[in-house]
This record gives sequence, structure tokens and C-alpha cells, in this order.
Amino acid sequence: MTLQQFMNEAISPWMREDGPDSDIVLSSRIRLARNFAEASFPLIAKQEVLEEIKVFFQKEYEHQSFQDYQDFAFVPIRGLSPVEKRVLVEKHLISPHLAKHAESAATLISENEQVSVMINEEDHIRIQMYFPGFQLNKALKKAFEFDDWLEEKVNYAFDETRGYLTSCPTNVGTGMRASVMMHLPALAITGQLNRMIPAINQLGLVVRGIYGEGSEAVGNVFQISNQITLGKSEEDIVEDLQSVVKQLIEHERKARSRLVDQSGTQLEDRIYRSYGVLEYSRIIESMEAAKCLSNVRLGIDLGIIKNVSRHILNELMILTQPGFLQQYAKKTLTANERDVLRASLIRERLQLEK
Amino acid sequence: MECQECQERPATLHFTQVMNGTKKEVHVCEVCAKEKGYMTYPEEGYSLHNLLTDLFNFESVPLGNTNGDTFRQTKELQCPQCKMTFTEFKRIGKFGCATCYHTFSDRLDPVFRRVHSGNTKHHGKIPTRKGGDLHAKKQVESLKTELKNLIENEAFEKAATVRDQIKEIEKQMRGDDA
Repeated sequence: MTLQQFMNEAISPWMREDGPDSDIVLSSRIRLARNFAEASFPLIAKQEVLEEIKVFFQKEYEHQSFQDYQDFAFVPIRGLSPVEKRVLVEKHLISPHLAKHAESAATLISENEQVSVMINEEDHIRIQMYFPGFQLNKALKKAFEFDDWLEEKVNYAFDETRGYLTSCPTNVGTGMRASVMMHLPALAITGQLNRMIPAINQLGLVVRGIYGEGSEAVGNVFQISNQITLGKSEEDIVEDLQSVVKQLIEHERKARSRLVDQSGTQLEDRIYRSYGVLEYSRIIESMEAAKCLSNVRLGIDLGIIKNVSRHILNELMILTQPGFLQQYAKKTLTANERDVLRASLIRERLQLEK
Repeated sequence: MECQECQERPATLHFTQVMNGTKKEVHVCEVCAKEKGYMTYPEEGYSLHNLLTDLFNFESVPLGNTNGDTFRQTKELQCPQCKMTFTEFKRIGKFGCATCYHTFSDRLDPVFRRVHSGNTKHHGKIPTRKGGDLHAKKQVESLKTELKNLIENEAFEKAATVRDQIKEIEKQMRGDDA
């Protein structure tokens, strides 16, 4: 599998499958931070040391397979163009941090893009495992198996009392960040979510916008993840997260049906207006596109809009990001050019549905 | 509510301004607030990172007990592996290497307690290869809990098997030590 294929395939293969509760939960992710016991952490390590780690990964894992995760592609970040880097970030295969610290960074990506390993990010190793819909337990189980597989060849930095040792004290212990991406339009529209966030925070969980720290919720898509990594087992952390997500799903479903009952026509109007904008606009900014996509997806979930695939939100959310637009145009674009291309891409995509 | 400055974005900042004795309600979006100087930001906003490093600066200089000792140089803790000092760790909020955890060990509990809601000890996964004895210890621990439950529920036959399992593992552990 070449990099070109990654780029051409805007949607990761695993995203095409429907997971449980996929009307609300878009994806589940487990991230594990690991380090080599002998080497300094990437922040202060010498270039040669990091280079050695990179070479080790290429030698040991390039084109290897593990269970369902076939034919790992080894991608050194240094060799990528700015647009290519951006595309990988927009697909959540690498972090913005990894893209920025390109010198000795690399990534290992399975053919189905369900698992990726970031090499020489803030930690030497960061494993990411994705599942469609609400499948945290399965993701955790697979991430553990994958972790054990890597450990056959890597001597992890581990301490009996502190657990897995990481560069940042916020990750020590399990080194695990479990997260779910949720589409919560009804809770956002009715303002209920803002009231729920403080309670969720008290449980050691964080709610944030789709592109991680500090980003606002674009298109009513929220990421919920654990903050604490020390003192609780991975299973317990996932369980806590799961129970909150279950409640959010329930509240969102209730809020949706209340919206339909109490303001059916307004809701329909809102959804169809958004659909109209997406179908006919010639210039559209990313924020407006995200808002409209969220409304249309809600319309699909509620059965108001028929014959349009539910995957359209996930797909167009990614496709209409600046990196992908430029990949599609095969050149760098100004903001205005991007808005024009975004509109035409959305129109084309909707045409495909007919 | 719309932002009163740009009339485009929704207003997210609402406050009352009192100027020369007259009250004025202000409703603006973050962008305009920044532009019009309603709000001032430090260089790059307050990131999670700043927050963390601030959290680590908990060590207060002991007051009072300085008579005659003023010029005593306290030896700076430094990691023998990566040469990071504790002061540096507090400044950047990141460890330099695995050995830092041992070097600064005595001073880390307050740091972890703050970041991880009072927790200082790991209770999760153990590496398969490195774990060695730890796996057995963990297994014994969970078998003991199971044993307790079985006895409480008067499932004595099953309890006996579990007890034998525990004995067997403990024997093996001792054997490993020898």
C-alpha cells in the first residue's frame, strides 16, 4: 500500500462499516503511550537516538501484519509535503504535534487504517486503535493485543508503582486515552449539553471539540475522553467513560424525539434549509458547511431526509477540510478558492446519492 | 444573540460596562472582543501546558528557617541518565527519560496527586515480558478477592480449588526467587 492510496482514499475503510449506536457515536478510539526503557524521551533525546528508533520500526514492522491489521505502511514524516501531512492529520492518523516535529518522526499505518503507531511523538510510541460506532471494549481488547505484539520486540519503560512511564505526567500509569466521537445536535441545539459538561468533568472525563484541545465543537461533533491515567485500571476507565456515553446517547435520543414532537416544522425547516445550502451553494466556508452537514445528518437519522447515506457527514467532514481540498485540487489554494471548491465538492457528492 | 460589533457571529461574551457613570450592556463575539480590546490575551492564550507547569510550582521556599543558613547551597536534584534537573522538570512540565521517575521519585507524589485526582499508584496493565513476578502477584490478588466472595457465598468446594490455585502460584513465586 503506497501513500498515494492513503490520500486517494479519503475515508478510512473501517469508517464505512456501521458500528453499534452509529446514529450518535461516530467512532471509538484507544490510544496507548509507550516508551523505550533505555532511550531519553523525544523531547530531549539526541537526533541519533531517535533516528535509531525510527529505523528499528521500519526494519521490524514495515509490511508486517498483525491479525486483521495487514501490511503496515511505514511513513517517515520528513518526506511528506505540507498538504500530505495535513491530510494525515485530518484523517486523525497522526497528531498535529507529530506533523510539526517532522525531523525524526514517522508513522506506521495498517492497510485498513484502523491502527496507527506514531513514532517519536511526545513519547517514542503512541498506538492508536479505531473502531466505528460505540465499541470501546473491543477497541481496548484489540489495542492490548497489539500492545503485547509490539512488546515482543520492545523493552517498555515500566515501573511497578508508576506503571508505563511517559514524557508528560498527565499520561503516566496506563498511558491510555480512551475517547469517543459523538454527534450531539439535539443536546447542543437545546443547550442541554452545556449544563451536562460540568458533571461529566467531575467524573474525570473531558468534553471537547472534534480537533482536540482547545478546538470548539465543529458541526456538533464532540470528543469525550478520560483525563486520569493513574490509579485506575484501563477496564475501569473505559467502563466509566462508557456509562457516561450511554447516558449521553439516551439524553440525545430523548432530546431528538422531543424536538420532533414540539417543534417538528421548525426542525424540518432547519434541516431542509441546510440541505438546500449544501445542494446549491457556490461558496461555502468550513464552519457553515459543518453546521449544515450536522443538520442534514440529523435529518437522515430522523428519517426526514431519505435516500442519502448516513456516512455523508463523516465523509464530507473530512473531505471538506483544507488539506483534503488541496489534495483534491492537486495544488495549494487560497481560502476563497477553498470555499468555492468545497461547495462544488459537496454538490458533486450529493449528486452521487441520486 | 448576534455580536453587536460584526453582526455576524453569535455573541459569546456578555458584560456590563460602566463608563463615566453610564451603564452599557456589551454583547460581542470572541473575535471582536479581542479586536476591540474588551479582552486581553497573553501571548498565546493559556494552554493546558501553562496550566500544568503552574500546577507543578507548588514547592514553596521554606521561610523563617534561614538564619545563618542563607548561603548554604542546596544541591539540585539531577537525573543521572538525561541530566534533567528538577527545576527544569517543573519549568517544562515533562520528564526527560524513564530514569527521571526514579531520580525525582520522592517529590512526585504531590504532582501526580494533583493531575490524577489524588492517585499516585498504577493499577492497570502490566507488560507481559517485563512483568514477571508482578503478573503472579496480580493474579494472586484477584484470586484472593474471588476466594473471599466464594466463602461469603458459602461455595466452599469451589473456594478450596481457588485456595489451592493461590498456594500453587505462591509456591512457584518462591521457587523463582530461590
